[in-house]
Amino acid sequence: MLRDITLGQYYPANSVIHKLDPRVKLFSTMIYIISLFCFKGIAALLTATVFLIAVIRTSKVPFRFMVKGLKAIVILMIITAAFNLFLTPGEPLVSFWIFTITAEGLKNAILMAIRLTYLILGTSIMTLTTTPNQLTDGLEKSLMPLSKIGVPVHAIAMMMSIALRFIPILIEETDKIMKAQMARGADFVSGNLLQRVKNMIPLLVPLFVSAFRRADDLAMAMEARCYNGGEGRTKMKPLHYERRDRLAYLIVLGYFAIVLVCRTFLPFPM
Amino acid sequence: MGIIKAKQLVHEYIRRDEEGNVESIQTALDHVDLDVQQGDFIAILGHNGSGKSTLAKHINALLMPTEGSLWVDGMDVSKEENILPVRQTAGMVFQNPDNQIIASVVEEDVGFGPENIGVPTDEIWQRVEESLKAVGMLKYRHHSPNKLSGGQKQRVAIAGVVAMQPKCIVLDEPTAMLDPNGRKEVIRTAHELNKKKGVTIILITHYMEEVVDADKVIVMDEGKVVMQGSPREIFSQVGTLKEYRLDVPQVTILADLLRQSGLDIPLGVLTREELTGHILRIAQIGA
Repeated sequence: MLRDITLGQYYPANSVIHKLDPRVKLFSTMIYIISLFCFKGIAALLTATVFLIAVIRTSKVPFRFMVKGLKAIVILMIITAAFNLFLTPGEPLVSFWIFTITAEGLKNAILMAIRLTYLILGTSIMTLTTTPNQLTDGLEKSLMPLSKIGVPVHAIAMMMSIALRFIPILIEETDKIMKAQMARGADFVSGNLLQRVKNMIPLLVPLFVSAFRRADDLAMAMEARCYNGGEGRTKMKPLHYERRDRLAYLIVLGYFAIVLVCRTFLPFPM
Repeated sequence: MGIIKAKQLVHEYIRRDEEGNVESIQTALDHVDLDVQQGDFIAILGHNGSGKSTLAKHINALLMPTEGSLWVDGMDVSKEENILPVRQTAGMVFQNPDNQIIASVVEEDVGFGPENIGVPTDEIWQRVEESLKAVGMLKYRHHSPNKLSGGQKQRVAIAGVVAMQPKCIVLDEPTAMLDPNGRKEVIRTAHELNKKKGVTIILITHYMEEVVDADKVIVMDEGKVVMQGSPREIFSQVGTLKEYRLDVPQVTILADLLRQSGLDIPLGVLTREELTGHILRIAQIGA
């Protein structure tokens, strides 16, 4: 039921990618995204394809889980492809009525579609192989230098992990309040949009009141357990780079170098 | 000096209006004296609004005394520098199990307290394992707290406190939101900690059945300590307990009524077995 939902879309499996330090995965995803938007030429495209397939295979996550992510952006992809197809100036290929398809437009449309597909596939590998908590930990540690200029990195990470913990609880509570209000005659399903939004008020008010009460209780429970901000705190599961993490960094940087080399020396036929 | 000692402790909740003028003062604790010895199992009884939770929050330095003083293991709770050591000495378990579990994995939640007090990583793992074992939740260590029952969640919360190795644990109505099975689990866990580890337990509750096995019972009413003594001494005063709006266990009431109607049953019968024993004895004499 509702309490079984997992956040994000973590797919548990025993692979090297799952075991990697979350910081490696964050960094690699960033490099991968940059590489997608700066490649030129068929050789670079092939490199990106091979790299992506290799990572998907090692992650042991079934391919259909990644395709799920693609479905969400089909509309976005069609719109960008259409814009590229019809609005790029250049040598006309076909033209009918007010539309003209140029060779450059066709090329751009195809390229953009490939880029977006690769982008979604690549980032979904990160979310499928990393739990939200690991991601939060990874973010906290990677952003730690920012705390020197006054960014409350620890507090932000703590808030993120508490939010993750409370989302299922609040969903369950919403369900409970909804049923209680329906039993009292509240109507959440009929009427036009404006009316429906108005009908949400008897749901939202109790939900917020209860959320604030929970927050208050939780703050007290944290204080009672000596929580005193990030200072002097040790970690039960500290992040350590291991051999495989260093190796992963090398592989990703190697990949990026190949893409850059291909871009400089083999920038055709694009 | 005992582990917890209160002297003329007063706490007032002051309600102010928008301009900061005092609107009303509610005295939650009214000159309370208390002395708890290390290793005791103390139960504090009282109906809603009797000040028992306010007292509990003082022991953990979550609230500060308005007047009087309170020492936890010899430390004055009203001193700023004592707050963290006091919280480490006296752990606290709250009523709602959902609102005190911080992490999304059981073992990480148990590790939260030790992390806060700066315990080295290896020792955190050791403590987490020991505490989960002590409350019988070791096999759930990788579970999400959302999938546990109320009693199990409350035991995880207790483990989270135990992992900080406190000398004393205050349980503030830990069973109020649980079903009878969960209630038994939690009370049994508290007793085991008390016997095996020698942790001082202060159990705050309004279920009379839970206090029968305590070393000492304290009854509070309107911020004052009104009765103190062993469970037997307390439960022999059925009439007084009813005046303080407390539910006396059914078996104690039955025994009291039988005694009043002339049967030879002593005061303060606490368990069903005890009462059956007395009745059988009387029946044999009669036959």
